[in-house]
Amino acid sequence: MKLVVNGDAFEVEADPVTVDVLVSRLGLEGQRVAVEVNRRIIRRAAWAETALAEGDAVEVVHFVGGG
Amino acid sequence: MDNVLDKLVIGRHEFGSRLLVGTGKYPSAVVARAALAASGSEIVTVAVRRVNLDRNAEDSIWHQVDLSKFTLLPNTAGCSTRDEAVRTAMLAREVGMGDLVKIEVIADPKTLYPDNQATIEAAKILIEEGFTVLPYVTDDLVVCKKLGDLGCAAVMPLGAPIGSGLGIRNPVQIRLIVEAMAGSGVPVIVDAGVGTASDAARAMELGCDAVLMNTAIAGAKDPVAMAHAMRHAVIAGRLALSAGRIPMKLYATASSPLEGLIG
Repeated sequence: MKLVVNGDAFEVEADPVTVDVLVSRLGLEGQRVAVEVNRRIIRRAAWAETALAEGDAVEVVHFVGGG
Repeated sequence: MDNVLDKLVIGRHEFGSRLLVGTGKYPSAVVARAALAASGSEIVTVAVRRVNLDRNAEDSIWHQVDLSKFTLLPNTAGCSTRDEAVRTAMLAREVGMGDLVKIEVIADPKTLYPDNQATIEAAKILIEEGFTVLPYVTDDLVVCKKLGDLGCAAVMPLGAPIGSGLGIRNPVQIRLIVEAMAGSGVPVIVDAGVGTASDAARAMELGCDAVLMNTAIAGAKDPVAMAHAMRHAVIAGRLALSAGRIPMKLYATASSPLEGLIG
């Protein structure tokens, strides 16, 4: 399945591709990140049951140093 | 030493330190950790950014600093509209699981001056969403009053442009804001512009409740030493204010008695 993750094309094969699956494919399991799918925040508790669809735009963000 | 000051109250949070520090631009994670510890700060700011999937960009701040020791104040730095700021704040809450947010809506790229109107609008939305809102604004007393009336947990006027180190350029403006907010229970935090310890002390002597800085510490030749200096400056300024300074006079008044001088 082709997704757009943080602005770049990203392909994931799984059935279904849930947010949980994507996060683990990105190597971000257990990390403090937030996920938005098509501009809607998906709460962590809902990652396992939220299936992604072809072409979904996903944002994965975290905290970096800043003022 | 930390106990000499009264508590800083921001929303439902209480803090012993009146120095808030940023976590950006340190030369290394080791220096960042040491400087944050030396500052005595209990609140640190962080920014929200995309995770870099190539893994060669900036690492998550969680890997560099043990943030569990601090109350996190995520910012909306980089946003230039109300909606971007609201979206970033929502994501920040999801990452950090805290209710504090520093609203920063930048209107001018050269000065990084904030868009006060967009900031007010974002504050309104985020307060309704249950956030504890700390807006970064210009040193405008009317804007600060509006934000206080909306229910912001603090107002954060700039002392000078972000990262400029110019100090408190308009002490009269800051003093007017302090007086306007007095009795409202809304703390005034000078955010941006501090260059050295005397600037921080000056902000506190003007009656500000706290000072927020990043570059002044992170960009110093010795960030850890500067963090120490800032910690003491904030305490010194606060103490000097409550001690009540002597009035300024044009001419000298002798400190030693005039009686009993040798003939």
